[in-house]
Amino acid sequence: MTGAAVSMARHSTFTSVIRVAGDIVSRPSGAIGLFLVVVHLLLAIISPYIAPFDYRDLDPLKMLQQPGPVHWLGNDHLGRDVFSRTLLGGREALLVTGIATPVAVLWGGFTGIFLGLAGGRLDEILMRIVDAFLSLPWILKMLVLIVTFGTGVGVLIPTLAFFYGIPVIRIARAATHDVVARDFVEAARARGHGKLSIIWHELFPNVRDALLVEGAMRWSWMLLAFSSLSFLGFGVSPPTPDWGLMIADARGFMSFAPWGVLGPVIALSSLIIGINLTADALAKALGIDRAQKAPI
Amino acid sequence: MSSSRPESANSQTAPLVAIKDLSIGFTGKKGTTLAVLRNIDLQIYAGESVGLVGESGSGKSTLALAAMGYLKRGLRVLNGQACFREDDMFTQTRDQLEQVRGGHIALIPQNSGQSLTPTRRIGRQVAEALRLHSSLPAVQHSSRVVELLEQVRLPDPLTLVNRYPHELSGGQQQRVAIAMALAGEPSVLLLDEPTTGLDVTTQAHILELLSELARQSGMAMVYVSHDLGAIARVCDSVAVMYAGEIVLQGSARQILLDPIHPYARGLLASIPRLKDATLPRALDGRPPAPGETGNACAFAERCALAKPRCTSERPPLQSLASGEAVRCHFYAEAKNLALAGDKQRSARILADTGDATLELKEITISYAKPGLMDQVLGRKPSSTPTVDDINFRLLQGETLGLVGESGSGKSTILKSIAGLLSPLSGDIIWQNEDALPASVEKRSPQQLRRVQIIFQNPDESLNPRQTVAEILAQPLVLYFGLKGAALKARTVELLDRVRLAGHYMDRLPSQLSGGEKQRVAVARAFAAEPDLVLCDEVTSALDVSVQAAVLDLLDDLRRQSHTSYVFVSHDLAVVRALSDRVAVLYQGRLCEIGPAQSVYTHPSHPYTDVLLGAVLEPDPDTTPTLIADDVLELSPPDRGCAFQRRCPMSLGEQCNTQTPPWQHSENGHAIRCHLPLFNTSPLKH
Repeated sequence: MTGAAVSMARHSTFTSVIRVAGDIVSRPSGAIGLFLVVVHLLLAIISPYIAPFDYRDLDPLKMLQQPGPVHWLGNDHLGRDVFSRTLLGGREALLVTGIATPVAVLWGGFTGIFLGLAGGRLDEILMRIVDAFLSLPWILKMLVLIVTFGTGVGVLIPTLAFFYGIPVIRIARAATHDVVARDFVEAARARGHGKLSIIWHELFPNVRDALLVEGAMRWSWMLLAFSSLSFLGFGVSPPTPDWGLMIADARGFMSFAPWGVLGPVIALSSLIIGINLTADALAKALGIDRAQKAPI
Repeated sequence: MSSSRPESANSQTAPLVAIKDLSIGFTGKKGTTLAVLRNIDLQIYAGESVGLVGESGSGKSTLALAAMGYLKRGLRVLNGQACFREDDMFTQTRDQLEQVRGGHIALIPQNSGQSLTPTRRIGRQVAEALRLHSSLPAVQHSSRVVELLEQVRLPDPLTLVNRYPHELSGGQQQRVAIAMALAGEPSVLLLDEPTTGLDVTTQAHILELLSELARQSGMAMVYVSHDLGAIARVCDSVAVMYAGEIVLQGSARQILLDPIHPYARGLLASIPRLKDATLPRALDGRPPAPGETGNACAFAERCALAKPRCTSERPPLQSLASGEAVRCHFYAEAKNLALAGDKQRSARILADTGDATLELKEITISYAKPGLMDQVLGRKPSSTPTVDDINFRLLQGETLGLVGESGSGKSTILKSIAGLLSPLSGDIIWQNEDALPASVEKRSPQQLRRVQIIFQNPDESLNPRQTVAEILAQPLVLYFGLKGAALKARTVELLDRVRLAGHYMDRLPSQLSGGEKQRVAVARAFAAEPDLVLCDEVTSALDVSVQAAVLDLLDDLRRQSHTSYVFVSHDLAVVRALSDRVAVLYQGRLCEIGPAQSVYTHPSHPYTDVLLGAVLEPDPDTTPTLIADDVLELSPPDRGCAFQRRCPMSLGEQCNTQTPPWQHSENGHAIRCHLPLFNTSPLKH
């Protein structure tokens, strides 16, 4: 594409991003959702500078101490400050899912669009493999890989990206099928454009919105998956603060020291709710009905 | 249906439907009220057939639905009433409305054939209409169903009740929908584009049936249509709508022969006709959006007669002594406006010097895919091919029109020329050289560049996410590798050739009108500097006035660049306007081919005769000749002539068993028929 066309495309992309953001904020649910997400992202960046205590500070005298004016959310079973650990507890999760989600959407999306365009036997075979994958419980698949390759960010990011890209294939393929049947794709074929050119110029712009909304949804599910893995002990290793891990640690004392669970639970659920609300508002702003998951 | 209905006795005294100063509108984005119908007055008496004519967006369907007290979502009544026998439909309760709708006022919606439930048998669907809208006891329903199906002249109603909708032809489905509307013995029948989307021969039959039903039963009929040809067949009086107003009202003859409103005259001039020697003339500009007119005449911007008064004072609807009513300050001058275009049609007979652009040799195409067993055994599918034995030559700069009804294989042939569909056998020869590879993937960039295709509906053929500049950049970058300033300059030049200003570059297709979109599609095809442009029903998704502009544009582009066209259309008058030669297709087989002039004045194949006879012209003095029945032909016959089942001139055994030979005349006119050339028809009109 040329300079003129690119600058025009950029201009229209920029204005449409502004328009969509404005539309999201104009809906109460969207405004609340976006607010929650933005606050969480900001905290993840600045929490090391604002956390009142070091997350590693052990203090046996303050074991399971109630919330008070110094330790706002009390202390955990090792006497660490729950508030500081909650502030810091989302960083790993947001880092891992923040990288894994776009990777999942990109590879799943591209594969889905390609299969939707190509069709035929390759499509048939790969989709049956996808079906087989989707029929297995996610935790089982995940644990097999983690047990084989070990834990840690270097394993978790590709693992999550791989497994969460698979359902995206279906979405992208279905959205592509709606577009492929239209005459402008036929026109591009008749002109002699290659498959990649057709994907990039004709299909992707029409599937993009569906993928954006799908990506937002995948993000919230991936956060839950990541926290679940931490909860089970396969995610972040102690003493790094992490919501899933904190809930796992504090679970045993829930009956008499519920504050240990309260902080990470509120943090995790407010982030998930925020993402879900934003995704819903985004779908409406883009004119996509999430029930149909197809671009207009 | 009995002819002795109580209301037909006092028909002329009180109207059945009286629309009084009705305005309907919606609340716009900025909170202002925008009107889609403005001050409509309309009376419909028993036994009368009224046509509501206008282009898309003129409010004609909204008005027809308002007569039933129905408003589309978001619309509300701003002023006035829509009365059925004195009762304002908009003040009725739900129960009262349900009494009237279906029972007293029945609606036949557009594409009603498709609104039949595909999984229920015809008999049960018609019986359901009876259960809802008829007072007959349930035991009589099944016999009444058969009566109704007979009344709409469906063949063999007793077996038909057990059929499913997909087993019927489009025309038969439409007849079933009419039968269902008749179930409640309504006194008013509203028909929303009743024949749009049907084949020409079917259209003529349906309209004939409807006008006879009206005569027999004394029902009042309201036809909503963009097609003045259909209106001319069935209506006594006509109301022409423009931008939510009735601009002209009068008898069908007055309005079709010599209308006194500038818009109506422009509309008539934009319709291509079989006998015209000129191209239809386009109406420039576009109708105003709701709320755009304010205190001016809605048509002022596009009107050739517009004077300062037209933009400052909205003309009232004036009733004239002649019985017409017109909304124009200067209606007396309107008669000076021409009723036909002034640009001569450029159809030529080109001398065959031997340099053909394209030659099709024995092209056969089949959609049938080999089944699993066939694949295993390596057999070819046994069914008769969809398109068979197509041969024609296209000279350089020549336009060949391909006409035929739906399913005749017109578009299929185009797709195979474009390489989108591989023929089963046969060759596509390019400029007397070697055969073109069958599929796009195997053609060279130069071969691809020379053949371009324009599709039917620009909403489908333009990517909604690309700006006009990006759309035009596709072929320019692909074939010529243009970049930067050169690309931009070429884009502006192309837009100029299709008469669009340069600032359209940044628009998305959704920001263009239908005609503008199709012009962008034309520009995209010509961006490749092609030798051959394939036009697939390029005007059928457009309004008539816009259609004329696109035809004119294609004609100009052909003169400038000596491009050859293959022009596919179901509309014989449109094909006539542009083609040098015409080929008539039936069931994927060529019936007749020859110079346009000769084929249209001396149609020699019985099918061409049937087709031309059924064309609806916007002229109350021509009547279509209905010869062959409209029956569903799912597949062409195995042996003999393709037209054998419907041919009014069939010779029997010979036609059914022997493939007819080609017969040529000296002027290049040829038919494929057992009957002698130019001597086929005692039915000549």
